[in-house]
Amino acid sequence: MDNRKIDDATGVETVGHEWDGIEELNNPLPRWWLWTFYATIAFSVAYCVVYPAIPMLSKGTDGAWKWSSRGALAAEMSKAEQGRAATLAAIAATPIEALPEKPQLMQAAVAGGRAAFRVNCVQCHGAGAAGFKGYPNLNDDDWLWGGDLRTIETTITHGIRFPGDDQTRQSQMPNFGKDGLLPAASVSDVASYVLTLSGKEQPGAASQRGAATFAANCAVCHGPEGKGGRQFGAPNLADAIWLYGGTHADVAASVTSAHAGVMPAWAHRLDPVTIKMLAAYVHSLGGGEKFAPVPTPEESTPAGGAAPAAAAPR
Amino acid sequence: MTAAENGLVTGHKKFERNVTLLAVLAFAAVTIGGIVEIAPLFWIDNTIEKVDGVRPYTPLEQAGRDIYIREGCYVCHSQMIRPFRDETERYGHYSLAAESMYDHPFQWGSKRTGPDLARVGGRYSDEWHVQHLVDPRSVVPESVMPMYAFLKDRDLSKSDTEGSMSGELKALYHVGVPYSQDQIAHADEDLKAQAGQGDAAELAKRWPKAQARDFDGNPARLTEMDALVAYLQVLGTMVDTNSAAAQEDLAKETGR
Repeated sequence: MDNRKIDDATGVETVGHEWDGIEELNNPLPRWWLWTFYATIAFSVAYCVVYPAIPMLSKGTDGAWKWSSRGALAAEMSKAEQGRAATLAAIAATPIEALPEKPQLMQAAVAGGRAAFRVNCVQCHGAGAAGFKGYPNLNDDDWLWGGDLRTIETTITHGIRFPGDDQTRQSQMPNFGKDGLLPAASVSDVASYVLTLSGKEQPGAASQRGAATFAANCAVCHGPEGKGGRQFGAPNLADAIWLYGGTHADVAASVTSAHAGVMPAWAHRLDPVTIKMLAAYVHSLGGGEKFAPVPTPEESTPAGGAAPAAAAPR
Repeated sequence: MTAAENGLVTGHKKFERNVTLLAVLAFAAVTIGGIVEIAPLFWIDNTIEKVDGVRPYTPLEQAGRDIYIREGCYVCHSQMIRPFRDETERYGHYSLAAESMYDHPFQWGSKRTGPDLARVGGRYSDEWHVQHLVDPRSVVPESVMPMYAFLKDRDLSKSDTEGSMSGELKALYHVGVPYSQDQIAHADEDLKAQAGQGDAAELAKRWPKAQARDFDGNPARLTEMDALVAYLQVLGTMVDTNSAAAQEDLAKETGR
């Protein structure tokens, strides 16, 4: 079978096979290809030596470099933590009131807060912090409990109406309709009056009847002009922002059966630095307020004097 | 050409010209490769590590799992957190092999149109899950997930799992899930009890760690929503990855 011969045209030896007159030249492999092939063999041997590779009786070989995917992750995580450690320590050491005076630190806190917000807060407040029905929008300057850094931090730390935290923010609007405090007709009247405050309804007979009911029952928390009271987390009823909807039916439903939204207290789940960074982030979203020099709220309006003490007019 | 080389070439010609011999020898080569690559997985500790807390799914969770598979959730959601920083910071501790030891079939997945669900349990409230399944865009505006509102209106007992949870547990028992005879026999009662429609004490006896409550916000009915939310709420919660012992063990490991 061995019919090797020199091919006339090329001067190269044939491999010696012949099929129906077709023969094959025995050209050598290209050198670059051959050496690459040898290199891959050498690489695989080296790989087996330095990386975990060969299964033994109870476990695989460790490899000379002791690499493991879990170890690599632990190293990366601790490196990231070290990189953050200095900033986090600086934030921890700075009282939250002093944070805005240090723009660089504030910037870091806002960035850290943004990351923590995405993991812990977006489920209810939304990815853009715009909230949903029943979950407040954090981008606006309409605050239930107050919008300065310290107040936001307190809200995040202790939550709102969160069972198990004795410093949580507490307030409970009565179920005026459900518990029979007001007849259904009065509930409808007072809803009409409330809607006239923000101009959603024109004043009429119903709203005039509702005004008296409002003064007697609602003004103690929501203020005589319905501008809200932060010491009770009572919403401002005179603006166009509605947590549970702003139609007549929605408002009447809220008066009938009061809402009492719950926010978890995060002190149990997040460390104080993360909470501080979250407060900085929420504060930075657009509605953050400056610290009031005195306990009474900033930005006093003509109506402010009549509002309950410590209740913000806005 | 030397004689040895010549012999090799002529010897090889035999394989090339005898198709049966070629098939037999090719099979032998593949078998050896398979044994070397697959067999060690049955004994090396990487793949058979024991982890505290892992238990088989309860009947209700298993029924939810069936719905998860039926609705093709795995097409968009993986259940496998890989040991990378970006994944562990978002989803939590990386998945352990033992956490899917009772999954038949496992739901690791290979595509994430939606987020990984390996540790979604306990992250959201039941109400959130129900609202999100009914209308995903009402809580996540950028979501592209389809709506699964119909799950709320389908009785679990009228679905394809009716009366078959005992049988299903039995089948799983035969493929290696260590259900007790007691658990298999009372599977259908436990299914109802975990959704708040039955004897919670009996359930706790057989399933000490199961979360039992009405999951879908409608205590009057046992729906597919109950089962699916129960399943979602248990995902990734069986192992306490933050416990000191677990971390100590994991830190010592090399070679994986």
